[in-house]
Amino acid sequence: MGEYFAGWLPSGWDFLGYTLAAFVQAFLLVNVIALGAFVFIWAERKVSGRIQDRLGPTRTGGAFGWLQSLADGIKLLSKEDLMPKDADPILFRIAPYVSFAASFAAFMALPFASGWVALPLNIGLFFLIAVLGLEVFGVILAGYSSGSKWSLFGAMRQAAQVVSYEVPLGICVVVPLMICGTMDLVAIGDQQRGWFTNWLIFHDPFIFVVFWVYFTCAVASVNRAPFDLAEAESELVAGFLTEYSGMRWSLFFMAEYGSMILVSILAAILFFGGWNGPIPVFSSMMDAYPNYFGNCWWFTTFANVAGVLNILIKASVGVIAMMWIRWTFPRLRVDQVITMCLKYCVPIAAVCLLGVMFWTALGVPFLNDLVPAQDRSLVREEWLDEGDRRADRRIEMIEQKIATSQEGGVE
Amino acid sequence: MIGLLAAATEASINWHTVIFYVTALVACGFAVLVATTNNIVRMAFALIVCLAAASGLLFLAGAYFVGAMQLMIYVGGTVVLLIFGVMLTAQKAFITMQTKGGDWILGLLVGGTLLAILVQLAFLVPQWQSSDYQAKADMNLATYVDKLEQQLTEGQEITQPQRDELARLEILATDGMPQRTGEIGLALVGVRADQGTRPDEKGLAGYLLPFEIVSIHLLVVLVGAAFLARAKRHHAGGATR
Repeated sequence: MGEYFAGWLPSGWDFLGYTLAAFVQAFLLVNVIALGAFVFIWAERKVSGRIQDRLGPTRTGGAFGWLQSLADGIKLLSKEDLMPKDADPILFRIAPYVSFAASFAAFMALPFASGWVALPLNIGLFFLIAVLGLEVFGVILAGYSSGSKWSLFGAMRQAAQVVSYEVPLGICVVVPLMICGTMDLVAIGDQQRGWFTNWLIFHDPFIFVVFWVYFTCAVASVNRAPFDLAEAESELVAGFLTEYSGMRWSLFFMAEYGSMILVSILAAILFFGGWNGPIPVFSSMMDAYPNYFGNCWWFTTFANVAGVLNILIKASVGVIAMMWIRWTFPRLRVDQVITMCLKYCVPIAAVCLLGVMFWTALGVPFLNDLVPAQDRSLVREEWLDEGDRRADRRIEMIEQKIATSQEGGVE
Repeated sequence: MIGLLAAATEASINWHTVIFYVTALVACGFAVLVATTNNIVRMAFALIVCLAAASGLLFLAGAYFVGAMQLMIYVGGTVVLLIFGVMLTAQKAFITMQTKGGDWILGLLVGGTLLAILVQLAFLVPQWQSSDYQAKADMNLATYVDKLEQQLTEGQEITQPQRDELARLEILATDGMPQRTGEIGLALVGVRADQGTRPDEKGLAGYLLPFEIVSIHLLVVLVGAAFLARAKRHHAGGATR
């Protein structure tokens, strides 16, 4: 994208093109979090209402109350901004931004369609896991700096929980990585192209189990019920959020919804084919007419837009499943949360890792092989042929130059 | 200032260098803050920003894998552990640490010596003083493009080896190869992809032995930690019985 904008500008000014591209991408990503929070807060109210046999919001902005989040936002903005007397003023102010920045930074390396990623990293998956673990730091800062017992207890619980759940989460994301042979999220998504039987969750029975472990750990690592011990309102008032109100509180809330969307999109890419729909409409047309549809920029762009829709639908299903869990299960106790992690999630994930390893090494056929698809090893990371693409462009430029000079010579 | 403005209007600033200086300044500034702050948790926060900026420097240098490692191990792991240590051992809510005058002198002495050695070492390496890497790569590319252009005007086609050579020069002139993380993994299991192909060549063994030693060491540490934790609980249980 940066190169595209830089091409418009005279040489020497191409940094402006890159800056413009960076701003556009940052704007889009902020809106994924902000609009995502806007939509899902409304959805959470409706879902919880229906689960508890209520209607949820019905009046604000029409029949379904779909402007409820806007009303909430205005209410939050107009709240008084309080800080306790005992608080550490600098850390108390910084903490929400740390939390939000960590959540936002992870979106940088997250692809939304084939090649549509702000920062194409070949270690994208590793970067995501590294950044996801940093979000807890904002929570710890908030809990410590509030100068309140409830906050401190909430932060300590959160820290213990996130640190323990990083272990099974890490083992779970290694499984798709092992099958695909790459940490590049774009390549992992592209390798699952074709019918829905080609999705990684249908690779073998072990990875099917791994997905449920991943989902459990994801719910725990984004601190949602039944794992929301850090803000257990029956014991700790509101945990680390006790002393926060108004805009700062809503930044924490946005960070939480941002992480929910993030882990759901990650689940979609790692297990459910990413931006590839269940039925290969666009990719089969591209394969059938490689010279017409495969090379056509508007067709690939259109396919990518459909891919973004696909991945957003898959992620929404994940987020709504998290809400469903939240309003169905009772909250766990602290020891139950840690038991769940160390005695169930870690061993199950480790056994499944071994199982997938043997299954892949022995090449046992499973649902993936029902419908013939392209070989996984043929889809590699994009940077590998970067040099060839640049060389082709350069040769084209030379040929054009020669052609124009020859025309000039004829005249 | 005027020079900077003139350079900006001529758009001849190397923006990569500018961002490098900004990130390096953030890293150094927060490192100084770590040393001068009295409050332990503020110190931890400054340390996190400092380490994250160091990770940013690595990303800027194109070492993506090392940068992400820095985020994961230092920023993520160590600092969370540090905070655990501070919070579990703290006697009261906001601990402040006053550094004594003697400690300052000692610290400045040790730190200053280390800095002096490192600066001297850094300036000893001739390649680091002024890099002509980019200029050389650009020149190589330009001469090769000129050669191809001449060849095309004479009416000859470009062959496949020539095309590959052009692709190689293009890569060298733009990014280098920042994305070749796979070679690190291969080197850790004993294959050096960057060292040629003859098996009797030096350095082809990779880092399998150090890697194994480190992993066995970590395993021993983990088992030891688990043993110590259990032994304490057993002892306590025996005492009550």
